[in-house]
Amino acid sequence: MHIVVCMKQVPDSAQIRVHPVTNTIMRQGVPTIINPYDLFALEEAMRLRDQFGGEVTVLTMGPPMAEDSLRKALTFGADRAVLLTDRTFAGSDTLATSFALASALSKIGEVFGPPSLVFTGKQTIDGDTAQVGPGIAKRLALHQLTYVARIVALDPDAATITVERRAEGGIQVLSTRLPALITMLEGVNEIRRGTLESAYRAACAEIVIWNAAAAGIGDLGKCGLRGSPTIVKKVFAPSPRAEKVQQLPTADLPAEAVAESVIREIFKRQPAIEGDLVRFSAGQ
Amino acid sequence: MIEQRFDAIVVGAGPSGNAAAYTMATAGLKVLQLERGEYPGSKNVQGAILYASALEKIIPDFRDDAPLERHVIEQRLWTMDDASHVGVHYRSSDFNEERPNRYTILRAQFDKWFSRRVRDAGAILLCETTVTELLRDPAGRVIGVRTDRDGGTAFADIVVLGEGVNGLVGQRSGLRPELKPDNVALAVKEMHFLPRETIESRFNLKQDEGVVIEAMGTITAGMTGTAFLYTNQESISIGIGCLVSDFAENQQTPYGLLEAFKNHPSIKPLLENAECKEYVAHLIPEGGYNAIPELYGDGWIVVGDAGQFVNAVHREGSNLAMTTGRIAGETIVALKQRHQAMSKANLAEYRRRLDETFVMKDLKKYRKIPAFLHRNKQIFGLYPKLFAGAAQTWLRVDGIDKRTKEKEILKSFRKGRTLPGLIGDAFNFARSWR
Ligand SMILES: Cc1cc2nc3c(=O)[nH]c(=O)nc-3n(C[C@H](O)[C@H](O)[C@H](O)COP(=O)(O)OP(=O)(O)OC[C@H]3O[C@@H](n4cnc5c(N)ncnc54)[C@H](O)[C@@H]3O)c2cc1C
Repeated sequence: MHIVVCMKQVPDSAQIRVHPVTNTIMRQGVPTIINPYDLFALEEAMRLRDQFGGEVTVLTMGPPMAEDSLRKALTFGADRAVLLTDRTFAGSDTLATSFALASALSKIGEVFGPPSLVFTGKQTIDGDTAQVGPGIAKRLALHQLTYVARIVALDPDAATITVERRAEGGIQVLSTRLPALITMLEGVNEIRRGTLESAYRAACAEIVIWNAAAAGIGDLGKCGLRGSPTIVKKVFAPSPRAEKVQQLPTADLPAEAVAESVIREIFKRQPAIEGDLVRFSAGQ
Repeated sequence: MIEQRFDAIVVGAGPSGNAAAYTMATAGLKVLQLERGEYPGSKNVQGAILYASALEKIIPDFRDDAPLERHVIEQRLWTMDDASHVGVHYRSSDFNEERPNRYTILRAQFDKWFSRRVRDAGAILLCETTVTELLRDPAGRVIGVRTDRDGGTAFADIVVLGEGVNGLVGQRSGLRPELKPDNVALAVKEMHFLPRETIESRFNLKQDEGVVIEAMGTITAGMTGTAFLYTNQESISIGIGCLVSDFAENQQTPYGLLEAFKNHPSIKPLLENAECKEYVAHLIPEGGYNAIPELYGDGWIVVGDAGQFVNAVHREGSNLAMTTGRIAGETIVALKQRHQAMSKANLAEYRRRLDETFVMKDLKKYRKIPAFLHRNKQIFGLYPKLFAGAAQTWLRVDGIDKRTKEKEILKSFRKGRTLPGLIGDAFNFARSWR
């Protein structure tokens, strides 16, 4: 059984800083990681491989340095890594991304055998759209199983799969035929460390690197900025709502005096509120 | 188990391990390097000053792409009391040479760069892989390592231990004794971010020029230790360290010392408005020559901090690490080319080569300094106070004539320490310096 896991290298959002003066996101020096949701997909894929035999291929679209994430996936135990990288992909929105990945998946099918299952994470932590997985499924006519919490049964011979899907208000149990695409929920498993062997193989491995042409993409109009109808009009950092915490002395004061001093402090900082209140009570 | 057998396994991807791996890989040896950190440099701590000459001998063109912060054009040596400092500053435009001699660096970035070069040279690096044990054959020869990963053994003709100051592999395997608290300093360090222009105006620097401050005095609360402040491109590294045994004895915390140092009136304005981003602590081996353990045996060799190769007086460590790593690498390559075994007898060549370098010569010259500083704490408490007092008496214009002032200064010294004490300190210091 051939399983492909689509993953993305993302900036570690825990370590992103916003430039204090220009309010732009400072990407420089921010370490990159594998999108954490994708690791649940990768681990689930490797468990199926370990149980039923076969291979796990990881696929990512990104800049050349996304190779680091692929090597990490190989260290965990993936069997093969494909990097889709080309300047024409720059600026892709979810539509263009799912187009490029779907094309690469077709090519992977031709070269390394058609996948029975394609995995993605639930969503990415930098885009948060959760659209790419379903987009790929639609383009490749794969049965679509989103927000999967557990794989209940898989029968490679009958080409069927049963999963639990988290839905609003409960758990759905869904069965469908392979090939299918699964977007995996977080917290359902824990990525393995990888053996010394797999770490060594990862360090020595040749990563398969394809540009648009090599991935069989002819219609460049569907790629990158040109193929992306989404327009980002503006990026801004929300201004922090709360100022610093301030402690007021309350010891031995009667409750009214404490309330009074709190209100006074608030009015001092937010004169508009005072005005509103005065107007409000005058209206009454 | 990794099927492939290697010529050498290098434990650690700090400056010593990288120098060894690079030297061997460029000579065509099959090298496996194992690093427990997430990436090389992720756990490493240094001031940090990079001494160019040691790296030049390994990668002559390192200036082309190594991540260097500033080249040092000014050195300030301060003795401090609680309110003031007396200092010697040396600044020279000679240091603006084409190939500067010293740079400030950030280890996380520098180690990553060095490691890239090591891998480009052909060594295989596995990160997040901790070596737990040395493997031996029945005759006791080291033949490989065990790691904390599943199926984690790998085999080689020789294991190079570049595992740093607290190298547990060597300790656990009985290659060297546990660290002694009076042979190792604990240093803490913070990074404070400031805009480039602020640093340059505050320290009177032009582009890429840097200043370093090394300080001693009452800032270490009477303990054996020093403090430092280095300028980077957009940050300032500041730290302080003392012998572990002194911390234990004096019930002081490193963090408490650093807080006090940062708030010293001579330091505080230099850090104004800076944003503190990083706090780290690390050990420094300071036992010097007399603390150097056995450096080689059948199938193993020690490089860098693991071998106590630090010149604490001059705060040199990474250059000794790189040099010992390079020379270990060269020795192994030479044995390999002569088809000689990696035996204890043959590896004695490592020590012979080292003896010819500044590493052993300097450590030997200063071999009495650690004991001297340990026994003569007045160097860190009393003298800085006396110097500061003298400077103040001398400079304050208050209607008292100069001769009386000179007498007062002399008296303060005599009161602080007896005349034989003063002479003895000078004499002993000179003797251990020799
Ligand atoms: C605060 C401070 C300031 C300093 N300032 C300077 C300075 O300005 N200039 C200077 O030249 N020197 C300075 N030094 C000293 C310098 O940092 C060291 O001498 C130098 O880092 C030693 O290099 P190394 O490769 O031997 O060890 P390290 O740099 O400590 O590297 C050891 C590596 O081995 C890895 N490792 C350890 N155990 C294992 C294991 N079991 N398995 C796998 N990997 C392992 C570690 O993760 C680490 O990456 C300073 C040190 C400190 C603490």
